[in-house]
Amino acid sequence: MINKLLGGLVPFLAALVAFAFGAIMLIALGANPFEGLEAIFDGAFGSGERLAATAVKATPLILVGAGITIAFRTNVVNIGGESQIIGGALLSTVVALGLPDLPAFLLVPLVIIAGAIGGGILGAIPGALKAYASVNEILSTIMLNLMMVQFMNYLLRGPLIDPYELEAGTRIPQTERLSDNAALPTIVEGTRFHLGVLIAVAAAIVAYIILWRTPVGFRLRAVGHSPKAAKAAGINVKRNITLALAISGSLAGIAGAILVFGSEGQRMVTDGSAAGFTSSAGFNGIVAALFGGLHPLWTVPSAFLFGALLTGATQLQRVLQVPSSLAVALNGIIVIFVISSSRVRTWLQTTLGNTNLFSKEEEEEEEEINSTTEVTT
Amino acid sequence: MNDFFTSGVLVATAASAIRLATPYLLASLGETIGQRSGVLNLGVDGVMLLSAFFSYWTVLQTGNLWLAVVVALAVGVIMGVLYGIITVFFEATQGISGIGIFIFGLGFSDLMFRQQVGTPKPVQRLPNVDIPVLADIPYIGEPLFQRSLLTYLAFALVPLTFLLLNKTTFGLNIRSVGENPQAADSLGVSVERTRFAAILIGNTLAGLAGAALVLQLGIFQPNLTQGMGFIAVALVYFGAWRPLGVMGGALLYGLVNATVLQWKSLGIIPVSISDLAGMAPAIVTIGALILLARRVNAPAALTKPFSRH
Repeated sequence: MINKLLGGLVPFLAALVAFAFGAIMLIALGANPFEGLEAIFDGAFGSGERLAATAVKATPLILVGAGITIAFRTNVVNIGGESQIIGGALLSTVVALGLPDLPAFLLVPLVIIAGAIGGGILGAIPGALKAYASVNEILSTIMLNLMMVQFMNYLLRGPLIDPYELEAGTRIPQTERLSDNAALPTIVEGTRFHLGVLIAVAAAIVAYIILWRTPVGFRLRAVGHSPKAAKAAGINVKRNITLALAISGSLAGIAGAILVFGSEGQRMVTDGSAAGFTSSAGFNGIVAALFGGLHPLWTVPSAFLFGALLTGATQLQRVLQVPSSLAVALNGIIVIFVISSSRVRTWLQTTLGNTNLFSKEEEEEEEEINSTTEVTT
Repeated sequence: MNDFFTSGVLVATAASAIRLATPYLLASLGETIGQRSGVLNLGVDGVMLLSAFFSYWTVLQTGNLWLAVVVALAVGVIMGVLYGIITVFFEATQGISGIGIFIFGLGFSDLMFRQQVGTPKPVQRLPNVDIPVLADIPYIGEPLFQRSLLTYLAFALVPLTFLLLNKTTFGLNIRSVGENPQAADSLGVSVERTRFAAILIGNTLAGLAGAALVLQLGIFQPNLTQGMGFIAVALVYFGAWRPLGVMGGALLYGLVNATVLQWKSLGIIPVSISDLAGMAPAIVTIGALILLARRVNAPAALTKPFSRH
């Protein structure tokens, strides 16, 4: 019981430690930490418009985080969020370029579905490589991240470049302004709060339902808990590993579509790096999912918190001239702290088992898991 | 294409392949030692970014290249102690804690760079040191014996790592805690201490890799490594956890990179598809992983935290 209480405190302790580190860094950089905190708070929640910006910033984190939850619960690690976001964005961009005159009520769902398919493919590839060729998914997803940046740069500098950029000779690597029929409708007038935020929250709920209320989710969790037992029960372990990464990737892919069609520019732009387009949502989504205890529903408030930190950090930069990458450094500290706490370790041991690099789990015995852990859902 | 097959261009390509391979080799050898003890460190990229920034900053402030290398080593040691505490004492899940280190390194190096430097300013580079007599050998003299001291060190560390792992008691301890920590523990080998030491060596080499990268380039920018640290981790698999294999992987990687760069500048790869060519190294790595995944055996206890009870 005491353990359970302590366990619940982990995220708060992690946040406290991160704030302490943040304060130390601010002092070291010659800024007042209280002013810093105020700037972050003001930047994230100071007005309706800023609140909306925070929600928009949280949107890709919710989607990637919910996907991470599904992958981790199946005992596969998905570090390929960046590539899946880019894949989803590219495919949805192509669809909008190809069918610009479709009415909005058709085109909006279509670009979201295209995003899911694009991201899903980039999730299924490392999934299948893990399941059928024993390629470690951590390494393959990272390699796909590196590849997709280059592929995006190629498309946006070449085949997909705005014809106007070629004419003018400025050659900014971006697509033309995409069909307004594909734009995600604004929900709250006068702010940037658009349909994408609601789609993300709905997706998190769907992820929760899939995991705990459907046979599909039961099989995924069974594979995550013990591939050996799952196999004995007649579950196709390989197919489910592929499926888990495909679902995880498709959620990240939706985030990619939302980044394009929820943006003010209504186009896809690259600055040559992945982070230039994704703002590192593929990694920050992992942080949000861990902070939310690898539960799709808790990922929503957790992502909102990190969205606030990221939006607030831009205000920090404006007011105190402290670079906004402070927020990224703090995210890293939060991951390290959350992952180091025993409660989360217990969670991860029951859910992830021991992340096995060559997926030979079938032959493995499951030693420590039985003795050390309490079962949590 | 004929432009490429001239002795001058080939020699230059080989030289740049070896230069490019240096940071990969240093980081991969460190990762090899860590993984042989059963610890996966995915934070290499973050450590490299931190050490690269701090050694760049040191050169910018003092102009002293060797002090910069010392600073990079110090950053590696600090991050090693941190990662050791996280993995050995807190028994954190290694794949994710490494990502935490990476994100921290990415953010903190970016923060420090923007705050302290702002716009990238070039600094002096690591000088090439000619090895007497050997440097004058035609064709192979330039790529092999007119390199920087860090490159010589990286390649000297290949046999040294081999000897450390296979011919010393410490190396035996590393391998035994990586294969079967329970058995090693029952024989009186301290799993914690051995893994901590292996992590420390690994991170120190990652720190050195960051210095090699930035001091060869002579410039720093945010996210300078662009995932190099992750590739270094992949090269350990590629090299089947053996120093010589890892060296082969690093050289192949350096060669693919150098050739792509050379072909771009010669116009063999047109500008329009140069980004596609940039995908080549990652594709080669995935291809190698597919070929090797079922053929090599990872240390049995890799990524498994150890606890007595």
